[in-house]
Amino acid sequence: MTLDVGRAIELSLTVGVLASLVGLVPAGALGWLLARKEFRGKALLTSLAMVPLVLPPVVTGLLLLHLFGRASPVGAAMAAVGWPVPFTQTGAVLAAVVVGFPLYVLTIRTAIEAVDVRYEDVSASLGVPPARTFWRVTAPLALPGLAAGVVLAFARGLGEFGATAVIAGNMEGRTRTIALAVYSLLDAPQDDPRVVTLVMASLVLAMGSLVAWEGLNRWQRRRLELDV
Amino acid sequence: MSELSVDLTLALGPRTVRAQFATGGASVCVLGPSGSGKSTLLRAIAGLDRRAQGTLTFGHEPWQTAAGVSVPSWERHVGWVPQDGLLFPHLDVAGNLAFAARADIAPIAELVRVSHLLDRRPRHLSGGERIRVALGRALARRPKLLLLDEPFAALDGALTTSIVAALAEYVRAERIPVVVATHDAASVAPLASVTLEFVGDRLVQRG
Repeated sequence: MTLDVGRAIELSLTVGVLASLVGLVPAGALGWLLARKEFRGKALLTSLAMVPLVLPPVVTGLLLLHLFGRASPVGAAMAAVGWPVPFTQTGAVLAAVVVGFPLYVLTIRTAIEAVDVRYEDVSASLGVPPARTFWRVTAPLALPGLAAGVVLAFARGLGEFGATAVIAGNMEGRTRTIALAVYSLLDAPQDDPRVVTLVMASLVLAMGSLVAWEGLNRWQRRRLELDV
Repeated sequence: MSELSVDLTLALGPRTVRAQFATGGASVCVLGPSGSGKSTLLRAIAGLDRRAQGTLTFGHEPWQTAAGVSVPSWERHVGWVPQDGLLFPHLDVAGNLAFAARADIAPIAELVRVSHLLDRRPRHLSGGERIRVALGRALARRPKLLLLDEPFAALDGALTTSIVAALAEYVRAERIPVVVATHDAASVAPLASVTLEFVGDRLVQRG
């Protein structure tokens, strides 16, 4: 079987980075909304945003395939403009975005909730309207927490398997990320150097992300003077 | 100086208090024990308390009407100094003073005696220094109305006396009316000529 370990790692990194970038604006907007606004249907919206966290990823993948498959209007339209989703890297990124979305929203919501709303009050009283207050006060104060969200979404995207397998397949050089490569090598001998490399790469990336995440959380606490 | 005319019902947890007064352009001192509604009144005047009901007029501008808030906080041109200062922790003292400044911050920093602290972060300031920076930040935007919430609780006596004197002179010269909430009327006497006090669920004028 052809299996390029380096390419798999590269693909995982690409998918992880793209997923965290693509998810940032929607997760940021929803996280802010849930942290700062009270509205009817908030509980329902919160639950909906959390669905991919508890749904079996394979089911998420199947739903995405229905939504973005070539037989669906959306999928057909995207294929028509030369941007097909199923069995492409786009599909892998989509799967990573959707499966990582709940964690992304939760992290950003927590980061914004940690910012005392009275700082925004001070800013408003000083004549700064809400949108500019967000960029001048809320976002800078929540910055480390927002960055922690980006890191977590990246890490979750790295390891995504179930939904990716369904919507993006396991195509060598195109959608075969670390997780799918390891799956493809399950029948190989345990000391196959390719398996060892992939497992080591996974561990290093996961640990690195978590160390960064922890560091960012500590920076957030210092920034908000929660501990000095 | 512009007159502040207030007729508000303030929600304090389960109970409400009525604050009804007109300043006639004078500066006022609001007394009362903690929890009596002083902070809530200042927040309502600043446009930050959504639960306050009633009417509020400053000069000829209706800031709040019976139909709801008409002028949002960021268009009221007040200088609100909250009790703990609430300096922006991601900015140094100069950054806090300049946050919404419409005047040179150097004389303001001089007035509130923080010129030697301009490059400090709020977490490296004492309680009294924080309040002085917060006062400077509010003055630097040239407010039409200054709202002080227990501003001198964290300052020592001698410093309070000199800063109150300098501030009183400044607001008189700039024609800025002040509403100051305190539990210590004597310390702010140079700032305010009218004294109001929360007694039970009403705000009454004293002496």
